[in-house]
Amino acid sequence: MTETRWIRGALALFVVLTVVGVRVASAADEAPAGGAAAAAAPQLPAYFSGANADPAKPSWPDPTGAAAGVWAAPAGDGKGDVPGTLALPDLYDRIAHNLYSINMVWALVTGFLVMFMQAGFMFVETGLCRAKNAAHTSAMNFMIYPLGCLAFWAYGFAIGWGNWFNGPVAPGWYSSLGPGTAVLNGGIGIGAAVDAAGAATGAYTYGLLGTKGFFLTNVVNDVSVMTLFFFMMVFMDTTATIPTGAMAERWAWNNFFLYGLWVALPYCIYANWVWGGGWLAQGGVNWGLGHGAVDFAGSGVVHGMGGVIGLAGAIVIGPRIGKYVHGKPQAIPGHDIPMVVLGTFILAFGWFGFNPGSTLAGTDLRISFIVVNTMLASITAAIAAHLTLQLKGLKPDPSMLCNGMLAGLVAITAPCAFVNPIGAGTIGAIAGVLVVYSVFFFEARGVDDCVGAISVHGVNGLWGVLSVGIFATGEYGAGWNGVVRDEMVKAYGSDGVRGLLYGDWSQFFMQGIDCIVLAVFAFVMAFVWFKVSNLITPIRVSAETELEGLDGPEMGTHGYPDFAIHSGSKMVA
Amino acid sequence: MKKIEAIIKPHMLDGVKEALAQVGVQGMTVTEVRGFGRQKGHTEMYRGAEYQVDFVPKVKVEVITTDGKAAQVVEAVKTAARTGQIGDGKIFVIPVEDVLRIRTGERGEEAV
Repeated sequence: MTETRWIRGALALFVVLTVVGVRVASAADEAPAGGAAAAAAPQLPAYFSGANADPAKPSWPDPTGAAAGVWAAPAGDGKGDVPGTLALPDLYDRIAHNLYSINMVWALVTGFLVMFMQAGFMFVETGLCRAKNAAHTSAMNFMIYPLGCLAFWAYGFAIGWGNWFNGPVAPGWYSSLGPGTAVLNGGIGIGAAVDAAGAATGAYTYGLLGTKGFFLTNVVNDVSVMTLFFFMMVFMDTTATIPTGAMAERWAWNNFFLYGLWVALPYCIYANWVWGGGWLAQGGVNWGLGHGAVDFAGSGVVHGMGGVIGLAGAIVIGPRIGKYVHGKPQAIPGHDIPMVVLGTFILAFGWFGFNPGSTLAGTDLRISFIVVNTMLASITAAIAAHLTLQLKGLKPDPSMLCNGMLAGLVAITAPCAFVNPIGAGTIGAIAGVLVVYSVFFFEARGVDDCVGAISVHGVNGLWGVLSVGIFATGEYGAGWNGVVRDEMVKAYGSDGVRGLLYGDWSQFFMQGIDCIVLAVFAFVMAFVWFKVSNLITPIRVSAETELEGLDGPEMGTHGYPDFAIHSGSKMVA
Repeated sequence: MKKIEAIIKPHMLDGVKEALAQVGVQGMTVTEVRGFGRQKGHTEMYRGAEYQVDFVPKVKVEVITTDGKAAQVVEAVKTAARTGQIGDGKIFVIPVEDVLRIRTGERGEEAV
């Protein structure tokens, strides 16, 4: 009995993949002259499109998930299937439901891995600070999770993904997480689009912000939306925790607390522009620049944003006492290098959720390439950092080797789905060299970054975004951001994301625009925020507190109390 | 009675302990200490920058012995702690006025 069900499931999945594949492929082939804007939307079954003409059928938002993929015979009445009455349309229902199930489980499980990266950040940053600041640094890495999540729940998700469903998509596209994401259809932009009847569709020529889903109220009461919320939330937490490393060992707790509630704002605005269907993603459709801004898993959206905020923060807060003597940078050794290495491994492990999970679809089998590319970039980067140190006459400092591997991971995050293994290895190797020079560059210019966060996440985040425009092969990403160019289809068979090495200069140009927008937007937002928040509550602790260590004065407890002589071991009669 | 106080390299401790046991020393006190001598510490590298370690980690071994055995104990420590490199440390010999075993109340050489 169980066996038959397995076979039936596998068969069903095969059928639906074939059907969907053929539909998408034929839609792309038949796109009429005039480009993506004029492409006719193919007729997808309602369980893909989220359209709901018949009021008797299931509708969205769907809080139980029973309606996702079920069209012909609505489930959820509690009476169960009657096998003898099932017909072919019922089979398609089950197939579509399976498809969504695989994708949803994939997105959730990879999201769990990304959430665990918080532990990696905690280890890396705490290990690289001094023992007297260990409780403070680890507590910042801890509290950014609740603070950031609260902000994301309150306003971040709505701003970033509130108009997700109206973003630019390829003909034949369907939401891999299920039709329920169709409720994410409210936003603000320039140039409202209208349908044939003249009614506003909710889409904009230049999308600026989303407006649906504040506090996840009942308007988005849907299983697919919850999956998207969770996945995007754990990504934002990565951004949020990056500046705590660059500004560690001197950041006043109260100012950090406010920052934790603010960071969702710049993050989600920019994420909307690239991932939420906003104007940078629309660069391909509007301006004919490649596929618009392409950032697969967030070299720019996640890491670049965090690194640039960290840069602004490190400039505003100033270097640690003792970092510069007569303008010359001094070493302030971290207190636990094995902790740094453990954190790096946890992060590298979490990246196997970060990158392949960003397909939001376990049925998108490109995931194996993404995993291999991610791995290769990380190892070439660590080796390249090692060689760079040796060429500079230095020993292979473990913390720099760890920075090297993380730099490679950051850089491959944007291009991971679009490049081949050779490209991935090259991107990683360049990242490994870049991070070493970048650390020395910022240090020599008076920017005190305790952990190398600006170099790892900021510099290499931007390099990752740019590298898409160089190394993307054009094999994957047909129709990305709604762009299907006939001349590309004619020349290469399909219009995947293509870098300048493979014949599309316009993609490189668009990636460059994306980098500039990110760097300027993030820096200005963060610089103003840190200056303003400093007026509300000081950004920096007193010199006395800093010299004593932040653990006692700021947190009231020490990371390692046993290092001091105390009376806690007194015997009680 | 004498106190033999030796400042040695931390990784030489095991050898010194065994050498002391061989000459019949039954007890000792070991402390992790930091300091510098004529060499004035040393430099190390961290993330491409050099930094000065003024106070080098050392181990202090303290042994109380009878006057008759003091020379033998000093010789044992000297042999076991020596590498011939800078930073091997120093041995101090200090007279001890009295010793008292807390549990039994024994005093003097009985208590050593």
